[in-house]
Amino acid sequence: MNALHLQRRRVNAVMLFISGLAVLFGLFWLFWILGTLFYEGGTALARASFYYQMTPPPGADGGMANAIAGSVALIFVGTLLGTPVGILAGTYLAEYGKGNWLASATRFLNDVLLSAPSIVIGLFVYSVYVARVRHFSGWAGAVALSLIVIPVVVRTTDDMLKLVPNSLREAAVALGCPTWRMVLLITYRAARTGIVTGVLLAVARISGETAPLLFTALNNQFWSLDMNGPVSNLPIVIFQFAMSPYQDWHRLAWGGAALITLAVLALNILARSLFSRRD
Amino acid sequence: MALIHTAVRPAESPLAPGELKAKLRIRGLNFHYGTYQALRNITLDIPENKVTAFIGPSGCGKSTLLRTLNRMYSLYPDQRADGEVLLDGENLLDARQDVALIRAKVGMVFQKPTPFPMSIFDNIAFGVRLFERLSRREMEERVEWALTRAALWPEVRNILHRNGNSLSGGQQQRLCIARCIAIRPEVLLLDEPCSALDPISTTRIEELIHELKNDYTVVIVTHNMQQAARVSDFTAYMYLGELIEYGITDSLFIKPQRKATEDYITGRFG
Repeated sequence: MNALHLQRRRVNAVMLFISGLAVLFGLFWLFWILGTLFYEGGTALARASFYYQMTPPPGADGGMANAIAGSVALIFVGTLLGTPVGILAGTYLAEYGKGNWLASATRFLNDVLLSAPSIVIGLFVYSVYVARVRHFSGWAGAVALSLIVIPVVVRTTDDMLKLVPNSLREAAVALGCPTWRMVLLITYRAARTGIVTGVLLAVARISGETAPLLFTALNNQFWSLDMNGPVSNLPIVIFQFAMSPYQDWHRLAWGGAALITLAVLALNILARSLFSRRD
Repeated sequence: MALIHTAVRPAESPLAPGELKAKLRIRGLNFHYGTYQALRNITLDIPENKVTAFIGPSGCGKSTLLRTLNRMYSLYPDQRADGEVLLDGENLLDARQDVALIRAKVGMVFQKPTPFPMSIFDNIAFGVRLFERLSRREMEERVEWALTRAALWPEVRNILHRNGNSLSGGQQQRLCIARCIAIRPEVLLLDEPCSALDPISTTRIEELIHELKNDYTVVIVTHNMQQAARVSDFTAYMYLGELIEYGITDSLFIKPQRKATEDYITGRFG
């Protein structure tokens, strides 16, 4: 074995060791966070009242039912508002806007929006909507969430459609297929799992967002799914309860945090299993 | 056999009248990718119900020429063609032509098999549905007919619901041919249809081409000169965007008129 070969093997071993260490470092914190979350939140999650009782005043017994329902409603409406816009805009970028300035500008601005701090979006909806109508509302919260959904879905739709080989588009067009039909029946179908994955990841992203809801949906101590008024939701309840001095509120906050994490985990697993079934 | 012109001769009537009918007449065709000129003043006639092969080294413009025959290039804004491509006397390059109808008459099969991400049945039905409204029964008949013509029916008759991608490469390519003939075109353009296939699949496709010429005018681009010699009746040799020689395949391969053609087909160049 010559010296050069030995040297290469040494470098390989060192690099493998360093990258392995980096993996362990990352996993260490991740498991610590998850461990703490479920250790602290497990007791709250295990109680049935967590799911059917309202958020309690300090010292009383209660659950998170109103916050869970409110969060589900806000996320559902936010996704419903944001997804069509995101998919259509992504379709424009990938299928129609090849090389024109509008597409390049949109793509750039979308990337900016993608990394915009979510509190900016909350403040924006507050100033253009909440401040005008003079009350917090579920609609405002859902709109703020949809503004976070849009750039994520635009980006993934654009990327996934670009992965569809051009030969497939040409094959459809060569049969005399008009562009809209080609997009609808061929490229959407080919990119289906990727686009759905993008939407699921967007849902996961908004399910933990606190800042945009702070200025829009606010919170509600009672059961309310009236989107015209303040709607309770998990992130803000967690924020409020965790900042409080009360032990039982802390326990509920941990439970809420663990619940969100579980939901996001479930969505990610769903997204991954969809993606791996790609044919 | 017909008198065939070579590119040396100006092409007023490249095919002798009364003997062979020209399905496609290409006249003074120039093609540009942006500022790059890929085809220079191409003039040739493609006879009906014959197989015509375009050969030449990579980048000679043979695929480009094929892609003008169904206006494929219109997909890309920086590509343009001028001159005339007459299909039964109608100029396909005319901006007033409906490209969808052109492509229904002039079908195309690509180098890599491109099954759509749907069932074998729907792969065939997809194109048919663009132009015709058929009952379920009529559609089934059409699908069977097309798959039979493409010599694929016996292999897939029991798995029509399966995804087109689950077939082997050679089967996928025959599926694409079936999809193409299902809409009953008049001309079939084959862009190196066997280059991604194994020798056995290649043989099957070549046999198929032989049969298809009874009903269609077939134009094939190939890298493989033996293939051109095996399947085609007429061969055009192209180089650097120009048509160097065009004639009956046998005479072109046995006794080329031009030195450049001879150098290429004997492997001294290209």
